[in-house]
Amino acid sequence: MATLRINGQTHEVDADPQTPLLYVLRDDLQLNGAKYGCGLGQCGSCTVLVDGEAVFSCVTPILVLEDSEIVTLEGLGTIDDPGPVQAAFIEEQAAQCGYCIPGMIMRAQALLQKNSAPSDDEIRTALSPNLCRCGTHMRILAAVRRASETMQANEAGAG
Amino acid sequence: MRQDDAKSGVTRRSVLAGSGALVLAFSVRPLFAQEPTVSPPPNGAEPPGPPGSLEDAPFLDSWIRIDAESRITVFTGKVEFGQGIKTALRQVAAEELKVGPEEIQLVTADTARTPDEGFTAGSQTMQNSGTAIRHASAQVREILIAEAARRFDVEPGELRAEAGQIVMPGRDPVPYGEIVTDQLLHVRAGPESQLTIPSEYQVIGQPFQRVDIPAKVTGEVAYVHDLRLDGMVHARVVRPPSQSAELVEVDTAAVEAMPGVVSVLRDGDYLAVVAEREFQAIAAMRRLAEVAQWREEPNLPDQTRLPEVLESLERDVGTVAEEGSPEFSGDVYEATFTRPYQMHASMGPSCAVALANDEGVTVWSHTQGSYPDREAIAEMLGMPLEEVRVIHMEGAGCYGHNGADDAAADAALIATAIPGRPVRVQWMREQEHAWEPYGPAMMTKMRATLDENGRISNWAYDLWSNVHSTRPGGAPSLLAARHRADSVTLPPPRLNISQAGNGDRNANPPYVIPNKQVFWHFLPDMPLRVSALRALGAYANVFSIESFMDELAMAAGTDPVEFRLQHLEDPRARDVVELAAERFGWSSEQLPRGRGRGFGFARYKTLAAYCAVAMEMDVNPETGRSRVVRAVSAIDSGEVVNPDGIRNQTEGGIIQSSSWTLYEAVTFDDTRITSIDWSTYPIMRFRDVPETVEVHIIDRPGEPYLGTGEAAQGPAAAAVGNAISNAIGTRIYDIPLTRQRVRQAFAQAGG
Repeated sequence: MATLRINGQTHEVDADPQTPLLYVLRDDLQLNGAKYGCGLGQCGSCTVLVDGEAVFSCVTPILVLEDSEIVTLEGLGTIDDPGPVQAAFIEEQAAQCGYCIPGMIMRAQALLQKNSAPSDDEIRTALSPNLCRCGTHMRILAAVRRASETMQANEAGAG
Repeated sequence: MRQDDAKSGVTRRSVLAGSGALVLAFSVRPLFAQEPTVSPPPNGAEPPGPPGSLEDAPFLDSWIRIDAESRITVFTGKVEFGQGIKTALRQVAAEELKVGPEEIQLVTADTARTPDEGFTAGSQTMQNSGTAIRHASAQVREILIAEAARRFDVEPGELRAEAGQIVMPGRDPVPYGEIVTDQLLHVRAGPESQLTIPSEYQVIGQPFQRVDIPAKVTGEVAYVHDLRLDGMVHARVVRPPSQSAELVEVDTAAVEAMPGVVSVLRDGDYLAVVAEREFQAIAAMRRLAEVAQWREEPNLPDQTRLPEVLESLERDVGTVAEEGSPEFSGDVYEATFTRPYQMHASMGPSCAVALANDEGVTVWSHTQGSYPDREAIAEMLGMPLEEVRVIHMEGAGCYGHNGADDAAADAALIATAIPGRPVRVQWMREQEHAWEPYGPAMMTKMRATLDENGRISNWAYDLWSNVHSTRPGGAPSLLAARHRADSVTLPPPRLNISQAGNGDRNANPPYVIPNKQVFWHFLPDMPLRVSALRALGAYANVFSIESFMDELAMAAGTDPVEFRLQHLEDPRARDVVELAAERFGWSSEQLPRGRGRGFGFARYKTLAAYCAVAMEMDVNPETGRSRVVRAVSAIDSGEVVNPDGIRNQTEGGIIQSSSWTLYEAVTFDDTRITSIDWSTYPIMRFRDVPETVEVHIIDRPGEPYLGTGEAAQGPAAAAVGNAISNAIGTRIYDIPLTRQRVRQAFAQAGG
């Protein structure tokens, strides 16, 4: 039995400690955001946040996560109340098949939490571990820029 | 997913007959038949029929249904895989039914509910299904108006449809649902419809947001990968290590004893494991792969000798085009191009869920052809067609025939071994890379001469290729059926020259040339499994033709864009070429060292969308690194339904085709595929994507839909090749144009 903190909630999970987080998220907790893409840490479809860092959930066994705060796509917002990065992807229509997009959103979230005003180069570098096959890259970049503007505006408003 | 949806044995006829509502259906006779069709060809003379797919499914209530609460459901036999058709088809229906697109429910390919529209392929959804739904919607609207006029004794001319109601003088508006009666819409579509005229469009031509994106970016159930049915178990297949490997021995006892394992299946060379939990299934699959012993044959061709291999496989030749009598004397220009096997390489490996019970088998699949896949699966299982139901759910983008149909067959086959429990099969990354059917390798050889005015006078084009589609149409196209003990084999395909083309798609150049010959040297044997990859042969044919056009332009001393215009008569072709060149700021002036510009144009399938792409590339001759800096395109897909959909597809096509052209080749040794993950089959990453990609649309209101999805593949590839050639002063004839090849070409050309 493992205890995991996911999206602000504590979950007791009955799974082999070697089980990669991805399968616990998808199968035990029925969270769809993280996607299986390669199981090898090569494509980023499974990206989630662990203590604020973007992590490949497909190669991260749950045994190393007991004291961590995990955030998945579902932790950023809902279909009725999307978070700023999710809203930016909708606004920019930044998806074709959309399969890679949850991973892109999580990696963008990790970047913007540390640096809410990244340069274009910084965005590209941050997103480079993640692959998109439909060629939606230009819109993904535009969505991250838009999210950055929203988050800066929010910070300014809060400050 | 409602459990009662899982019941199989529901036939389309029973569903349609049981609807007390309006459904407009038209037959789906492919206008541009480039792929096998599931419907038999029409016999004898064809009476004038209704347009688009209405011809094959002529009852209006097969397409459109309106219930007593005025809820409108539209049925399409086509599927969404990221190209935006769920949105565009709603727009088309909404325009003619005079409602907002958000008020329309859309049901996509389900063999128990929707019309049979074959495959969603060839950029034909808007031509076939879009045209059918548009006409059906208009005819439904007119039926509603006529019925209201009859019922309220008003002249039809005084009525109009507006916001889901029939509006008439002297009365409150009447909602559609109050007018619809049981059989009102169960009528055959007429050959003509009163379509809304372009100047009155409210919905068509507007950039409506995609209906599927919010769910995808918030983690709702959006893909078949996310489908969880009660009692569902997880299966994994152990594929052979190579295409022709035979299973010699496997001791399954240790695997059967592993935690959670429900069952180990062996049937000939087919091997699979079922477990209660997904990661248990993966662990069992790995163990099973370790203990399985296979006999392998080193029977793959030498990939370093692709031209010789392709030539040696030639068994037939077909004439694609012939005009005048080409004669080659004087200065003859020649070139030979190759294209390797390339992958769809979907981000999400194929997945399917199936449930077998007393009534039959139901399969949820991201197949591009629910009806043809059902036929193949029924044949594999030896079951009557009506006992198999295939329901489409989205998967990751497929760009053609990937592992989707095979995963559906895996799920169906495994489900029949454990009836009553839904089975989810998920392919692993290495399985998708090694077993999906690839885009076929090709070689093209060209010869041409110029006349005294620098115009092309003689042209000969020869291409060597397999067929580009081996889709389901029968059990032999499914891996599961091939690997079972009573295995079936695919009969060798035969050469077929069609208007829209296949391996020969776009082999006939769009240019005015007095003497030309185009031949397809046909290769029936397939050393590697191949099938439809986005644009089929058009990708390599347009790359070759447009590269050669640049060489001829240089020989003629003419600017490449001007040279193309000198040979183009079709005004719509000229328009996209001129628009792309203008917006790009095309000129013949020398760019700084390491920079090149390139152009490519094609009319897809020679009868569909027009697309031109101009690119500027940054090429480092010393390292060989090449990067698209900016791409500017122009596209004419006929009447625009959703401009943002066209932009999204075209941007994606440009980037994907650039990735194919710069980086991608399936690799193999004499026995096994060796490109089995993203490190051995690299694709474009963010650091290499362009700074800008522009798409300029030429709208043709009132003109037929021409389709968009595949139009950019060829022109973008050509623009990449021509820009690199322009930058380094020499040409690379073999795709992919890798760093190593750029470096070598530059060095050989004398640096």
